[in-house]
Amino acid sequence: MFGLQKKDTTLLLVVAALALFAPFLLNPFPEGSAMAQFNAGYPDLMQRFVIFGIFAVGFNILFGLTGYLSFGHAAFLGVGSYSAVWMFKLLGYNVIPGIILSVIVAGLFSVVIGYVSLRRSGIYFSILTLAFAQMSYNMAYSVLGNPTSNFNLTNGETGLQVYTSDPQILASAGAPDLPHLFGLTMRSSYQLELGSWLFTFNAGYYLCAVLLLVSFYVAIRIFRSPFGLMLRAVKSNQQRMNYTGLNTRPYTLAAFVISGMYAGLAGGLLSTMDPLAGAERMQWTASGEVVLMTILGGAGTLIGPVLGAGFIKYFENIFSKINEGVLHAWFGFLPDGLENGVIWVVEHFVGPGWHLTLGLLFMLVVTFLPGGLVEGGQKIAALLSRRKSKDTDNRATQSTPAE
Amino acid sequence: MDAIILQILNGLDKGSAYALIALGLTLIFGTLGVVNFAHGALFMIGAFCAVSMQRLLNLSYITLDETQKDFLGNPLKVKTPYVESWFGPDMGAAIIDWSVPLAILLAIPVMIVVGIVMERGLIKHFYKRPHADQILVTFGLAIVLQEIIKHYYGANPIPTPAPDAFKGSFDFGVMLGFDPNAIIYPYWRMVYFAFAVVIIGAVFAFLQFTTFGMVVRAGMADRETVGLLGININRRFTLMFALAAAVAGMAGVMYTPINSPNYHMGMDFLVLSFVVVVVGGMGSLPGAVLAGFMLGILEAFASMNQIKSILPGIDQIIIYLVAIVILLTRPRGLMGRKGVMEE
Repeated sequence: MFGLQKKDTTLLLVVAALALFAPFLLNPFPEGSAMAQFNAGYPDLMQRFVIFGIFAVGFNILFGLTGYLSFGHAAFLGVGSYSAVWMFKLLGYNVIPGIILSVIVAGLFSVVIGYVSLRRSGIYFSILTLAFAQMSYNMAYSVLGNPTSNFNLTNGETGLQVYTSDPQILASAGAPDLPHLFGLTMRSSYQLELGSWLFTFNAGYYLCAVLLLVSFYVAIRIFRSPFGLMLRAVKSNQQRMNYTGLNTRPYTLAAFVISGMYAGLAGGLLSTMDPLAGAERMQWTASGEVVLMTILGGAGTLIGPVLGAGFIKYFENIFSKINEGVLHAWFGFLPDGLENGVIWVVEHFVGPGWHLTLGLLFMLVVTFLPGGLVEGGQKIAALLSRRKSKDTDNRATQSTPAE
Repeated sequence: MDAIILQILNGLDKGSAYALIALGLTLIFGTLGVVNFAHGALFMIGAFCAVSMQRLLNLSYITLDETQKDFLGNPLKVKTPYVESWFGPDMGAAIIDWSVPLAILLAIPVMIVVGIVMERGLIKHFYKRPHADQILVTFGLAIVLQEIIKHYYGANPIPTPAPDAFKGSFDFGVMLGFDPNAIIYPYWRMVYFAFAVVIIGAVFAFLQFTTFGMVVRAGMADRETVGLLGININRRFTLMFALAAAVAGMAGVMYTPINSPNYHMGMDFLVLSFVVVVVGGMGSLPGAVLAGFMLGILEAFASMNQIKSILPGIDQIIIYLVAIVILLTRPRGLMGRKGVMEE
């Protein structure tokens, strides 16, 4: 189907099913029960899953296939957000022009950065992309965002947002005053009550989910194409490629630009969720986050980045909600002294300490499970079936990246 | 002329910090071949050694002073730091006043232990892994260290003042024969610069003039041959890692009066220090020091009002801009050696 192999079709269909039924799947606990706080089926979080899934899938096309570790992808996310909000300001709240422009602008931006950065490889490439991203961040924060100057692209610390004085030339009279798709606002949702369960179907989420499926499909096609094979060859031994008389730079640049456009798409979607774009989206910690997602899920695999993005965003939301009261409720069955001891230990890892858990988890994954969650799953599956896991082409993570 | 000297001086303190961190980074990279993204966190731990020292010295016991009454008529509670009761009030107060320089005594053993534990516990397993893995695992470690510090010391900057003797500024211009008030320079920045010069000199002397340093330099040039000669080069490299950690820690301690330490100061410095290392040339110690001071001074010049009015925002991006230009024109950095990171 769609020119895919049978295995990839299955994968695409599974992802499609997961995305479409996410409002059900992520709300397994009934409303009002003690476990309800683990529900993730609310629109804001579901949109984040999907948007960062797109971001990570795109990043994986660069890092997973070519082995070039970019530490500056947040710049493209930020540029995408800004361009979408500019479209809202100039043309009106319809999301289509915003999303299209965010992809185009991020693509152009990544052509420039990629053309310069890809002249070096290995750690030099990482530092160059980091330098470009930090430069963009600093400029978005200061010079380009000075509200008193005539050239105020980013509105600095406040963040770029839509004001009533903006032209919005395409806005029709009856159109809603929020990001919308031909009149259907992104925030509108349909709520379905089944027994004590409450399921929310959000328009914005489904827009993002459809775009995720499209991007996922494109990613599969890239992975399976001769172009994808070329990128993998770059990862395993770039020097040998050069010796055979092949210029690898057009290929790596193409991969860089594609992943930049994915990041721009994710940034544009973030703006449709909430039409306010801030410079902190471009900071290097944001670039680090997408690296974490990709590695955690499994770099070089198709499904890994989506899993990693979902995993990190889920636990970020859930872990940071757990506070001392919740812990006391959980461990109340223990004797008092033990209870306090356990809570003292656990407390470090939840609530505001969530980043500590993330850092530890990340170290463990990089050390023991370089293939990420996907490799972990494969190992468990192999253990269960007592068979040696076959080295499928899904697992190209063991080869050394390009230096 | 005086404006130029003023900007050079302004750049020296930041330049010193960059140079010290970059020196440690280069030392680790040159010996172990590991790209250490947790080096900024070591700088931050050093800074929090100063905070801990300040708190330790201020530990006090409470006595009731019957001669004085508070507004309710109860005897006044008086806090006396233990240090003051042991060494007498004058000496004790002086010790508390000097808590930042004294913190170096705490920072050195702490950082050496942290360094050895880090190297033996984690980094050892990553020698043969790709650089991307090393970056990622040390990045994770940096997050962990940062969060632990945040948990125990809070998220807000903690003021750690310099000793009274070094508070305030002096008129440096008069000493050079300029008009009074042309060049005003804070004492502590001068101290920081002098300190950095001493530390950098000591590291170079250690590598150049001791047998240990000679073996380490030989190991940097050709690790395998040194190993074949029956020298346990790994143990020496572990000690070099500890030394680099101690240098970063001391740089952190002395930096606290200039900027109050907070938990993410390490990350802020780390990105810039990496840029410094790359500009100086991976694996080149003099290159790291030179690039550190150079970029610090350039940053100070770029933040002059005259320059900012022509090129607004240049002060924010100058370091990155220089790094990009240098990397594209001189791929090995200013003083990089051939064959490093080029496999």
